[in-house]
Amino acid sequence: MKKLAMGLCGVGIMLSTLCSAAEPVKIGMITTLSTKAGYLGEEIRDGFKLAIDQEAGKLGGVPVELLVEDDGAKPEKGKQIAERFIKKDNIKIMTGIVFSNVAMAVVPKVVQDDVLYLSANAAPSKLAGDGCNANYFSVSYQNDSLDEVVGQYVTEAGHKSVYLIAPNYPAGKDHLAGFKRYYKGTIAGEVYTKLDQSDYAAELAALRAAAPEAVFFFLPGGMGINFVKQYAQAGLNQTIPIYGPAFSFDERLLGAVGAAALGVKNGSQWTHDLDNPANQQFVAAYKKAYGRTPTLYASQGYDTARLIASALKATGGTDDLAAVRAALKKADFASVRGNFSFGNNQHPVQDIYIREVIQTADGFTNKTIKKVFTNHVDAYAQDCKM
Amino acid sequence: MLLVIEQLLNGLQLGITLFLMSAGLTLVFGIMQVINLAHGSFYMIGAYVGATVAAKTGSFLLAIPAALGAAALVGAVVEIVILRHLYKREHLDQVLATFGLIMFFNELTLMIWGRQPLFMDVPGPLAQSIEILPGLPYPVYRLAVIGVGLFVALALWLLFAKTRAGMKIRAGASNRDMIGALGVNINLLYTLVFSLGALLAGLAGVMAGPVLAVQSGMGESILILTFVVIVIGGIGSIRGAVAGALLVGLVDTLGRAFLPVLLRLVLESSAADSLAASLASMAIYILMAAILVWKPRGLFPAHA
Amino acid sequence: MSLLSRKTIVIGGGALLLFFLPLVAKLTGQPYLLSLGSRILIYALAAVSLDLLLGYSGMISLGHAAFVGIGAYVVGISQFHSYEATPFLSAPFLLSGSENGLFVLPLAILVAAFAALIIGALCLRTTGMHFIMITLAFAQMLYYFFISLEKYGGDDGLSLYARNSFPGIDLSDDRHFYYLCLTALGLFLLFTCRLVTSRFGLIIRGAGNNDRRLKGLGIRSTSYKLVTFVIAGGGAGLAGALLANQTEYVSPGLMHWTLSGELMVMVLLGGLGTLFGPVLGAAAFLLLEEGLAMYTEHWMVYMGPVLILAVVFAKRGLFGLLAGGNSRDD
Repeated sequence: MKKLAMGLCGVGIMLSTLCSAAEPVKIGMITTLSTKAGYLGEEIRDGFKLAIDQEAGKLGGVPVELLVEDDGAKPEKGKQIAERFIKKDNIKIMTGIVFSNVAMAVVPKVVQDDVLYLSANAAPSKLAGDGCNANYFSVSYQNDSLDEVVGQYVTEAGHKSVYLIAPNYPAGKDHLAGFKRYYKGTIAGEVYTKLDQSDYAAELAALRAAAPEAVFFFLPGGMGINFVKQYAQAGLNQTIPIYGPAFSFDERLLGAVGAAALGVKNGSQWTHDLDNPANQQFVAAYKKAYGRTPTLYASQGYDTARLIASALKATGGTDDLAAVRAALKKADFASVRGNFSFGNNQHPVQDIYIREVIQTADGFTNKTIKKVFTNHVDAYAQDCKM
Repeated sequence: MLLVIEQLLNGLQLGITLFLMSAGLTLVFGIMQVINLAHGSFYMIGAYVGATVAAKTGSFLLAIPAALGAAALVGAVVEIVILRHLYKREHLDQVLATFGLIMFFNELTLMIWGRQPLFMDVPGPLAQSIEILPGLPYPVYRLAVIGVGLFVALALWLLFAKTRAGMKIRAGASNRDMIGALGVNINLLYTLVFSLGALLAGLAGVMAGPVLAVQSGMGESILILTFVVIVIGGIGSIRGAVAGALLVGLVDTLGRAFLPVLLRLVLESSAADSLAASLASMAIYILMAAILVWKPRGLFPAHA
Repeated sequence: MSLLSRKTIVIGGGALLLFFLPLVAKLTGQPYLLSLGSRILIYALAAVSLDLLLGYSGMISLGHAAFVGIGAYVVGISQFHSYEATPFLSAPFLLSGSENGLFVLPLAILVAAFAALIIGALCLRTTGMHFIMITLAFAQMLYYFFISLEKYGGDDGLSLYARNSFPGIDLSDDRHFYYLCLTALGLFLLFTCRLVTSRFGLIIRGAGNNDRRLKGLGIRSTSYKLVTFVIAGGGAGLAGALLANQTEYVSPGLMHWTLSGELMVMVLLGGLGTLFGPVLGAAAFLLLEEGLAMYTEHWMVYMGPVLILAVVFAKRGLFGLLAGGNSRDD
């Protein structure tokens, strides 16, 4: 009993000492570092940290402390961490969530508790439309944007029929809906696969039989690797081109897909070759710091940190949250994407591109080939009453 | 019709991969009476080591023995250091210890190889499709996987039915003490069997490498399928593993391929698609429940 | 044995500590301790219910999380319909949504128990290793079912609008909620304590130890085991319903087999076949996870070996360590 009591007291003391040292502005990052998707959180975190390191521990001249916790891609875990960040660490600014389901579990509650949440990746439609909130900013995109751009491009490319594939869960359906919003041809087939499915032989056979002119797929992470590899092994890449959002074609995944992805066109709001000074500086610094080419997730993490820096510079701290919010909304920073501002629902109004997978001496990467949307506004902004 | 044949081949190929996994696991279950959740980790180790060696040397032929060796070695170490102490314990202890092993191995691969998935290419000559029937191209690599699987099944049958070592293993399963008294080193025998199981899982892993994403945690999704196979086939029976694996492979593949088409005949298309997707993902579990009601000990119980 | 055995002291002390935790949280200005405490209580409840299977009746279920998930979904779905003002069922009888805890929590227990009845009846056709794998497979089946259940959020899960309402108390107040969890755990412990010391308890423990001997005595243990399975399912359902209220969120992730595994770990860490061990195990596991996660993002690489060592060396668990000799409640 004594031991137990001492142990628990110990925990209490540990907790209280940890939260009494509250000098710098604390930023809470809930992100996915474990599981198969762990590299996504790593990219976001590293991009964010780069901005802090460049200012030697400050953002916008204000000292900051970054607390990073792994949500393991589990919404429940994300909620626990958010609760701890709020109740224990008194954190006022949060960011970092990779997955929409985690975001949907965490964001609506924390913004009610007067915490600012800046999304560095997940941006589900509910939070962009009637669920928008003054305390919520998406710095990345709205989830559908990267599908919409592909829909537009595939229409322009003149493909008359397209076959659609996504996992059988809400995000899968959202992404296909985004594509269909801008695609004007016919849908040759629409297939929903098991989440985390690894073998796509059955789907590929059905696809071949349907003989579409193009394929659009949303299969994030390992699912996309499996699909693209098996697609090429079945010889289908010689006859039917595939398209998708950038999620299956970031530089770290491409290394695992290999030549099977060569020539695939995908939609993204950023690529490392975008020609603006902020971006050139970021890409060079990131390569130097981490020894790898940044992915779009890293760029989003970096932009989020630079945005916070711009707000902290204007306000000097987080004592007046309304002032921070107003400063954030101005988006007064040099985004690595170039063109960047917030719309009425506090989601980006930005240019969106089509890029192509190429091979260079360093390995497989993307090359921007066309700006398809200029100052693109997401489809849900009109539902946001703010 | 061609589509049906192609889907049958796909089902066969999935079944063969599952067989490689279940053969090893069912042996360990049946002969040593030990439950091993970490079997999927050997699959992952096979894939990781295979992918690494293939990337470093550029040779798939070197990757295979390296993967097999690594999986077998880790299997032997796990058996000697941990599982050996748990043979006489309850299944619960084995479940928990091997659950701990899963955590350990998954995180360890992240620490060693980093978080991004690894790449593994299809070996050159196998990287194409051939027309097995007019109008039906099929990837050569998948045919090769089927071939290897059939070869392993035959080799296992020969091992257990025709050789002295196989007989010893079977004897060890039925009476541990007696075979010890006959002067067979039972500890060594069990280590070898366990490591053989790990080796087969490693083989499945390295063969899956070129087709799938090589990543941490890849073993668990196939592990659960493997359990379903073993429950259906009957614990400890190689014959059961063959039957269960083929059945699961076919039901899963055909369900995914044809359920949407069938349901569209009776429902409007979006409802049919979503119902078909749900049913297809549950199909093998429903199959398992049905077989269990009919034959609680599986199709081919080992000690009938 | 004196009245104040070590075991009594440990249990009494633990109970006192749990009872006064809200006060400690208040005095130290650590409201987070309350959420952590509630989570420990809820997981403890689930772990105790699992211990009925693992520790008392020798049924090794690797799918217990399914019932936690079902309980949670009862709360989620019920509230969903209550807010949408749509009936859950209109035929054969009208069943509308509700967010009244007095109705929803018992409903969660009932639904989870009913699911346990069906799954248990099928699983109990097997024993031993078959049983382990079949329970796992059923849990996975439910997991995929809820993932594809688009109406209720699928993989995204369901966010609750608020915690359930309860006459007389306000669950949005963390202290009230904590005491609700404590009461639920206390009642369930009381119930299981009576259960395992009754004739029924004797039989299921007999079934766990030596099924054949029971048969010789002319007792068919299967129906007793099924009843135990159903009770354990109900307990897990209650834990799930509370968990849904605690996080104000429900998702299929609750049914994932790794959660079943973690519940098992809690039981073993605390002490198999003891009633209070799993409570201790849940606390230890959650604190360890939290503590390790603070120091390293690779916490699992340490947790795994800790677990293996616990299995190999500390057979009696933490409770056995603290309470000494006769920690088992038999």
